[in-house]
Amino acid sequence: MEAIYECMESILPFSFMHYDFMKNALLAVLLLTPIFGMIGTMVVDHKLAFFSDALGHSALTGIAIGVLLGISEPVVAMTLFAIVFAILLNSIRRSRVSSSDTVISVFSSTAVALGLVLLSSGGGFSKYSSYLIGDILTIRPAEIAILAVVLVLTLIFWIFCFNKLLQISVNSTLAASRGVPVKTIELIFILVIAVIVTISIRWVGILIINSLLILPAAASRNVARNMRQYHLLSVLFSMAAGVIGLVASYYYGAAAGPTIVLVSAVFFFATFFLKRLVRN
Amino acid sequence: MRHVKGSCCTTIKSIGVSSGKTQILHDVSFHLHCGELTVIIGPNGAGKTTLLKALLGELRHTGSIQFHDPSGEERRIRIGYVPQKLDLDPNSPVSVYDFFAAMISRRPVFLSKGRFLHKKIGEYLAEFEMDDKLDRRLCDLSGGELQRVLLAVATHPAPELLILDEPVSGIDSNGMSVFYEKLGALKRERDMAILMVSHDLHYVAQYADKMLLLDQTVLSMGTPKEVMASDAFKREFNVFVEAEDR
Repeated sequence: MEAIYECMESILPFSFMHYDFMKNALLAVLLLTPIFGMIGTMVVDHKLAFFSDALGHSALTGIAIGVLLGISEPVVAMTLFAIVFAILLNSIRRSRVSSSDTVISVFSSTAVALGLVLLSSGGGFSKYSSYLIGDILTIRPAEIAILAVVLVLTLIFWIFCFNKLLQISVNSTLAASRGVPVKTIELIFILVIAVIVTISIRWVGILIINSLLILPAAASRNVARNMRQYHLLSVLFSMAAGVIGLVASYYYGAAAGPTIVLVSAVFFFATFFLKRLVRN
Repeated sequence: MRHVKGSCCTTIKSIGVSSGKTQILHDVSFHLHCGELTVIIGPNGAGKTTLLKALLGELRHTGSIQFHDPSGEERRIRIGYVPQKLDLDPNSPVSVYDFFAAMISRRPVFLSKGRFLHKKIGEYLAEFEMDDKLDRRLCDLSGGELQRVLLAVATHPAPELLILDEPVSGIDSNGMSVFYEKLGALKRERDMAILMVSHDLHYVAQYADKMLLLDQTVLSMGTPKEVMASDAFKREFNVFVEAEDR
């Protein structure tokens, strides 16, 4: 780890690089943001923005259940609950109920309320409030290693399943006719989203995690002309917003997660108006 | 229903589909022969798209689908499918190349283009005069152009049965004639069976070899002339007129 720190200090001779917590945060951002940039493309294409938002909100109940069951590591309880919640939400989505967004909203609200009630009973919610906006400055080297593993696993999944996900997003019956196991691939994808969201939530925050998933892909969509551009720009926007947001939050003394989201929003509106300008 | 050697044949036998307690299709049986265009007609809610989805294996069904090649051997059928529409947003970044490459290749389309794959897709699209649209976004294509891209995808690799779900909706009359002529060329030159759902009785009567009138089950099947002269057709057709008048 020391070698990585030294390397970072020599490449980036800035004052914020004198602190180990900033080096850790930067490493985490460089590992997390490409994952969000990649996955976000298909979350948007599959119209799962609302779904992934609900998934993020379910984290509170996950933490609460973990506390009740005496699970010491909240991320374990959060991930297990998110997997169950994701499977449940997916079955609702697949049932083609005309108001599936309403049903997802009901489940999402219930999960948030249940989590808040359980965690605030006895007046002890303050120690969990950091989960709402996250704190990437507290990340430790061992957790960075976990993020590196998650990035590699996500890349492997992406290489093998991207074309299938694209086929399903364009027309699921057509994908099925070409031999794509639609239900299985969709289920694996939502489980991947569930695991990534819950693993990252501690550092990014429940309130804003979905923005990191959606905004870079939405900004990229404004200007991309094909899937290569879409993908590349989404990852670049995500990484650039992560780095700029982290550094800006250091100088302004603001929370890192929301600052990163604000930079992503700037990218979205800039590309949105650029598109209009080009069209006119 | 015994198969006669010499021509490939798909036998659809007693297909039934239910949703909960509602029976959408029951006892649907018919034959499809290679080199023939069979068009399914029927009122809204007759189960036309449901039948296609059952044939494609997307919906659970009772009954069986058997395919015999020209030598009389029974084997697994290869089906090509042209959907009615694609689920695309107005600014979807999926290009024709991306779409085609994702369908026929394992190379992830977010990586750089494969030169060989690019050339091959260009050749496939050229069969439908669409090679110049290779790098266009799907959402920027006209209805007719999109249908030709979908046809190119559905016919590569070459299927024994090509299924089309109302493929000409939103296409002008000139585009319709071009489309049906292309289908005619496909069935003749590639000897594939074509099964299509359509509402355009005028074009169906002109281009189809067989017509199948469906309303939960097969009400009538034969040449367009035979089906359109049947009592079932007159009954269903009058229902259409009454419904439109209302």
